[in-house]
Amino acid sequence: MGEDASSHDVDVLVIGGGPAGIAVACSVAEAGRRVAVIDDNPAAGGQIWRGGAAGPGATRWFARLAASPAMVHASTAVIDIRRRADGPPCVVTRGPDGIGEWRPRALVKQGFDVRGRRVVIAGSGPLRLAVAEQASTGRLARFAASLIRHPRKLLQVVSIRRTIGPVLRAGTFPVGVRPDTDGLVVSLVAGGPGRERRADVACDLLACGFGLVPNVEVALACGCEVVRGGVAVNAAGRTTAPGVWAAGECTGVGGLDKSLVEGRVAGLAAAGRSDEAARSAAEVLRWRHFAVRLERTFALDRRLSRLAADDTIVCRCEDVKAGVLRCYPSWREAKLMTRIGMGPCQGRVCGPSVQTLFGWHPDDPRPPGWPVPLAEIVAPVTGSHRE
Amino acid sequence: MKQRITIVGGGIVGAACAEALARGGAGVTVVESRFPGTGATAAGMGQVVVMDDSPAQLALTRRSRDPWHGLSATLPAAAEWRRTGTLWVAADDDELAEAARKRDLLVGGSVEARLLDAAEVAAAEPRLRPGLAGGLLVPDDAVVYPPPVAAWLLAAAQRAGATVIRDTTVVAVAGDTLAPGWVRLADGRTIAGDAVVVAAGTATPRLMPGDPLRPRKGHLVITDRTPGFVTHQLIGLGYVKRAHDVGTDWVAFNVQPRATGQLLVGSSRQVDVDSRAIDPVILRAMIDRCTAFMPELAHVPAIRVWTGLRAATPDGLPLIGPWPEMPGVWLATGHAGLRITTALGTADLVPHALCGVDTPLDSQASVPTRCRLTAEACHGWSDRPRHGAAHDRWRGGSRRGGHQRRCGGAQPRWARRLATPHQRVGLAAWPAVRHGHLLRVPRDRGRTPARADLPVARSRRDGGAHRWVRMRAPTTSTCS
Repeated sequence: MGEDASSHDVDVLVIGGGPAGIAVACSVAEAGRRVAVIDDNPAAGGQIWRGGAAGPGATRWFARLAASPAMVHASTAVIDIRRRADGPPCVVTRGPDGIGEWRPRALVKQGFDVRGRRVVIAGSGPLRLAVAEQASTGRLARFAASLIRHPRKLLQVVSIRRTIGPVLRAGTFPVGVRPDTDGLVVSLVAGGPGRERRADVACDLLACGFGLVPNVEVALACGCEVVRGGVAVNAAGRTTAPGVWAAGECTGVGGLDKSLVEGRVAGLAAAGRSDEAARSAAEVLRWRHFAVRLERTFALDRRLSRLAADDTIVCRCEDVKAGVLRCYPSWREAKLMTRIGMGPCQGRVCGPSVQTLFGWHPDDPRPPGWPVPLAEIVAPVTGSHRE
Repeated sequence: MKQRITIVGGGIVGAACAEALARGGAGVTVVESRFPGTGATAAGMGQVVVMDDSPAQLALTRRSRDPWHGLSATLPAAAEWRRTGTLWVAADDDELAEAARKRDLLVGGSVEARLLDAAEVAAAEPRLRPGLAGGLLVPDDAVVYPPPVAAWLLAAAQRAGATVIRDTTVVAVAGDTLAPGWVRLADGRTIAGDAVVVAAGTATPRLMPGDPLRPRKGHLVITDRTPGFVTHQLIGLGYVKRAHDVGTDWVAFNVQPRATGQLLVGSSRQVDVDSRAIDPVILRAMIDRCTAFMPELAHVPAIRVWTGLRAATPDGLPLIGPWPEMPGVWLATGHAGLRITTALGTADLVPHALCGVDTPLDSQASVPTRCRLTAEACHGWSDRPRHGAAHDRWRGGSRRGGHQRRCGGAQPRWARRLATPHQRVGLAAWPAVRHGHLLRVPRDRGRTPARADLPVARSRRDGGAHRWVRMRAPTTSTCS
C-alpha cells in the first residue's frame, strides 16, 4: 500500500516460499529474469519443508534456489497487495489452511518427543496420514486404484500402507474424548450412516485435523477469482486478474508434486516463456485432476458437521459457541451480532469451520492480512498530502 | 383502522423509527435489503455524542443523546454500551479557544461540559503526547456497537406488532402504478400503506432521484485488545475547524476505547467517493494524525481496516420529513456521521412529522420540504419528559401502559393522530420545491437553463451531468 521506500526492481514477484514458490523462483531465475520471493517464515521451504531439507528432493530444490540469483525475503509478511498496471507479474503460491493439521507435525519437527506414547491421529488425509480416517475404505480403495496414473504417488501409498496399514481405520472419526487414569480415552465411531459402531481407544495423545482449505487470501487481495475454494487458473497458472499467476496449494490441495509442476509452469509463463509453459500443460492438468480426486475421496463426512454441540467454541478469538451461531442465516449477520471472526485471526481459523458447519461463505479478507502495528499497516506516503 | 407505514431500511434509523411508530400504534412494515443493522450502521464508530456545528445540530444531538441514556440499562450486552465521555483534545491555543467556545455552546444548551487544562488532560489520558494545550470533557457522551441495537429495536418493534421483511429490496416508492404510500419490492410484490418512510441511507438516491444526498466515505482501523489504553473517546479539535469543509478530503484524530478492550481509530471523510476501496494516502494521513497525538498508538497491533459510505447532505443536517415530489413519501436519512446519535431523536421526529404535529419541527414551515431543524424549532423540545421516563417506557410491558406512565394516562398527540387516518395531512398542496432546498438540475446542453439566474451550489457529484442549484426564497420566509 502506498509507495514503499525500499522498493525493489524485479521482473517477477513471488509470494510464498514453499515448494511452489521455490519452483517458480528457480524457473524464472533460470530464464534470466530477476525474481524476488516473499515468505513470512524465517526460511523458505513452506510448511512441508519447514526447518530445512526433508529428503533428497528437498535438498536438490534448496541447492537449485541457492544457486540461482533469486532474492528471498524471509520473515516478511504480505499485509496488503495492490498491483499497478505497469508493475511486475506476481505469482501467488500459498500453502493450505486447515485447523490444527500442522500443529502435531510441527511440534514433532520442533522436537516434541512422542516416542513410547500412544497417539491417535484422527482426521482426513492424505497429507496428514490420519490413522482414524473419516473417508470410507471403498473410497480409499478407489482412490488408490486411480493412482496408477501417478506412479510416484502409488509408491508413496505403498510405503504409507506399510507404515500405518495395520492400524489404519477407514470410515472412522472421533466423537468424544475423556480423561482416564493414565491418559485419554477416545470414542471412535466407524461405519456408514445408520450402521455406526462405537469403539473406545485408550491413548496418550489425540491429534485431530479435518480438511485442508486452499489459502486464497493474497489471491483475493490481488483481485483473482476463486472457484470452489481454489484460485481459478488456466493450464499455465494465469488467474483472472491481469498480471497475476497462481501455483501450488492455493489452486487446489494436491500435494508436493502438483506444487512443483505448477510452480515451474507458472514461473515460465510469468517470465514470458509461454511456449515452454504450454508444453507442460498436460502435466499440470494431470495433477489438477489428481487434486480433484483427492478432494472427492477425502471430502468430509456430513456427520462430522453435526458433532459440534451448542457449547462447542467455533471462534476461539471471541469465544463464540456453535449454539449461538445456529440462530443466524449468514456469516455477515452472525459476525455483526456475535463478533465471530472479529478477533485477531479475522476469521482465518473459524472461516473454514463455519463453511463446513453452516455452509456460510466468510467475507473476503480485509487488510492487514495479519495483526501488524498500527503505524505499519500502510507505508509512509512520499510527497505532500492533504489533511 | 391503524395507519399503515412502510419503512425502507432496517439500519439504526429505520429500526428506531419502526420501534417508535409501532409503539405508537401504527401498522409498521420494515423492508430491509439484507438484514437489520448492516450497511452504514455496521460501518461506523458508534458514537453517541453532542455536536455543535450548527444550532440545529446541537439541538438534534442533545435531544437524541438523552434517550440513549434512558435505553442504556436495557440494551443487550452485545450493544457494548460504554459511557466513556468525550475528551476534545486541543493541540494549541487556537484549538483551546475553540474548546472554550464549544464549552459555552454546550453549557448554553444544558449539556455538561468542562474545560481541562494541560495537566488535567495529561492526567485523564496519560498516553496523549505531552505539550497539548488542554481539552474539553463532555462526560455524558458514549460509544455503542450499533448492529445489535438495530436488531434489538426491530425486535421491540415486532413485539409491538411490526412486520420485518428482510433480504428484499424496495425498487420503487412512487410511480404511475403505485398509490401514494405504497412500495414495490424487487420480487414484484407491492406493499399497500398510507405512508412510506425512506431510511435507506446511501441507497436512498436509487429510490428518489434528485435528493441532495451524497456519499461520504470514511476509513476506520480496529486494533487488537489493549484494555485500559485510553478511557475516554478522544477527538482532536481540528475536527471542529474542518467540519464544514465539505468537498475536500480530510482526516481527524479520533480514538475510542471499545468495551472489548480494542481501540477504534479514525477518522477520515471523503465526499463524493463511491468506491469502498481503501485509499492508502488517506489512511496514512489518518494514522499519522492519530499517532501525532498519541505516539504509543503506533505500536498497537491493528487487525482490520475498512471503509464505509455514509449518506450526507451538503450542509451536514439530516433530511427528516416529507419529500415534496412524491406524495406519501417521507425521508429519514442523510444523518452522515451522526446517525447513531441521532437515530433515537429521528425516531421522535418522524411520528410527529407523519401526523403533521409540528411541535419539534421547524415551526415557520410547519410542513417543510425538509425538516430543517432551526434553533427556534428546537425550543419546543426542551419541556418534554425524557431521561427517566424514557427508561420507563422501555421497561413497560404493554405499549399503552408505557405511555400512560410517561404521559399521565394519555397517548402522545401524534399517537392519537395516527389512530385516525382521516386526519392525515394532505400532501398535494405543497409546492414542488421549497426555498433553501438543493435541487439537482440536468446540465443543459445548448438550451438556456430554465433557472439560469439561480446560483450554482455544487456541481461535482456526477462529473458535471447535473448541477446543484439552491432554490431562493419565493416569499418573505425565515427558514434558515
